[in-house]
Amino acid sequence: MTPNNTYPVIEADGLKRCFGRHVVVHEVNLKLGCGDVLGFLGPNGAGKSTTMRMLTGNLAPDSGSVRICGVDLLKNPLEAKRYIGYLPEIPPLYKELTVDEYLQFAARLHGLANTSVQIALDEVKQQCELSDVGKRLIGILSKGYQQRVAIAQAIIHRPQLIIMDEPTVGLDPNQIQKVRALIRELGKTHAIILSSHILSEVESVCNRVQIMHQGRLVLDDNLDNLKQRNMNLENIFTQLTAENAPAWEWAQ
Amino acid sequence: MTMFTIASKELKLLFVSSLVWVFLAVMQLVLAWVFLGRLNTFLEIQPQLAQLANPPGITEVIVAPVFSIASIVLLAVTPVLSMRLFAEERRNHTLVMLISAPVSIPAIVLGKFLALMIFFCLMPLLIVMLSISLLTGGMLDFGLLGSNVIGLILLASCFASLGLYISSLTSYPAIAALGSLGVLLCLWVMDIVTIESESAVRHFSLFRHFENFNIGLIDTFSLAFLLLFAITFLVLTIYHLDGERLNG
Repeated sequence: MTPNNTYPVIEADGLKRCFGRHVVVHEVNLKLGCGDVLGFLGPNGAGKSTTMRMLTGNLAPDSGSVRICGVDLLKNPLEAKRYIGYLPEIPPLYKELTVDEYLQFAARLHGLANTSVQIALDEVKQQCELSDVGKRLIGILSKGYQQRVAIAQAIIHRPQLIIMDEPTVGLDPNQIQKVRALIRELGKTHAIILSSHILSEVESVCNRVQIMHQGRLVLDDNLDNLKQRNMNLENIFTQLTAENAPAWEWAQ
Repeated sequence: MTMFTIASKELKLLFVSSLVWVFLAVMQLVLAWVFLGRLNTFLEIQPQLAQLANPPGITEVIVAPVFSIASIVLLAVTPVLSMRLFAEERRNHTLVMLISAPVSIPAIVLGKFLALMIFFCLMPLLIVMLSISLLTGGMLDFGLLGSNVIGLILLASCFASLGLYISSLTSYPAIAALGSLGVLLCLWVMDIVTIESESAVRHFSLFRHFENFNIGLIDTFSLAFLLLFAITFLVLTIYHLDGERLNG
């Protein structure tokens, strides 16, 4: 797996997706290089999850394109997906397997050769502090451990792009600090897209921020720029997303 | 390659649950019972059989009926084993992990099918082992035994692919199980209904085709029908899962 450095890690152009007549995602553009950590924000129902499903190949966009390390995700999904690690909102865990079995499966699923599986497994367990629980069943672990196992499956194959949907939900304050430190560490050598509702989390780990509202991008900026202009992320978020809420939302 | 990764995961999940061990134990009990019953009958009627010009052998009298019973048992248990393959993945949100991984949808479907088939092959294996015990007191008709094994495996592959397809339609394992059971029962009843008549419907009965193998007749039409049936539902499963990606 050698990433081609001449291409951005992820480049999405004009993504659009409708469900029936309802346009959920409209003209979303995205471009991340190595070392970028993008905070992906937006109120519930803004289209974040739909966008993430399109970026990971779980949903085909109606129009637009996604390229991962220069490989077209729609035309050549098997190769493009090698570069992606995905942590969905609900951790995809097989509760009847042990942590080791599960992570070995995740590694093989991503095409790691048998010889490198064990090395990758040891490394990732070290990184996510799972060394003590390797032989335990996932089903009996606490929520914090389960979340860390889910993070481990997303990074075990050393993807160039890591997509995380609310990675710190359900963790205690100490674990949240550790996961954030891990994300910062990974962010130095990877491109990361992180969706979150905790604005302080985005401020502490991300260097870029995008805000979605009603299926459109309403903000795409560097966090440093915002800080220079003395703008507070919370105020911006409220301003951009509070007004003109979609009519169908009121109807409910 | 990834197909085998998925198959080995499925087998692991299958064998860590107590369900399959109970299933194997109960099945072996039922089959051994039928086997011994038939053996008893055979010993009773052996003197009469000896007077016939062309008497049926032990394979015909003892082994073939056991396979026949096994096919009915298979009908009852397939829904329970196949229900979780996709429905449970969907309910536990683990299907996302498989689809986000660099694995094609045919590889996912075939991997799961392969795992179920490896498990189903234990059934003819158990019966073959029972039959081999007969070698101590007589000769076996290995041709008939072979055609029964092939027939049962083909029948199992039809049941497995149908169960897999129905499991891919829903996120509730119970609904998947009831759905497959319903369809399989219909296919069985179709056999009973059409025994007398000569309508084309009878060709759709899986059991009718299995019966050919059961009496030692490897009929090309039956072979092709069972294979096509299994392939059709595998292809439908692949299309359905791919359609989900396209249509949301």
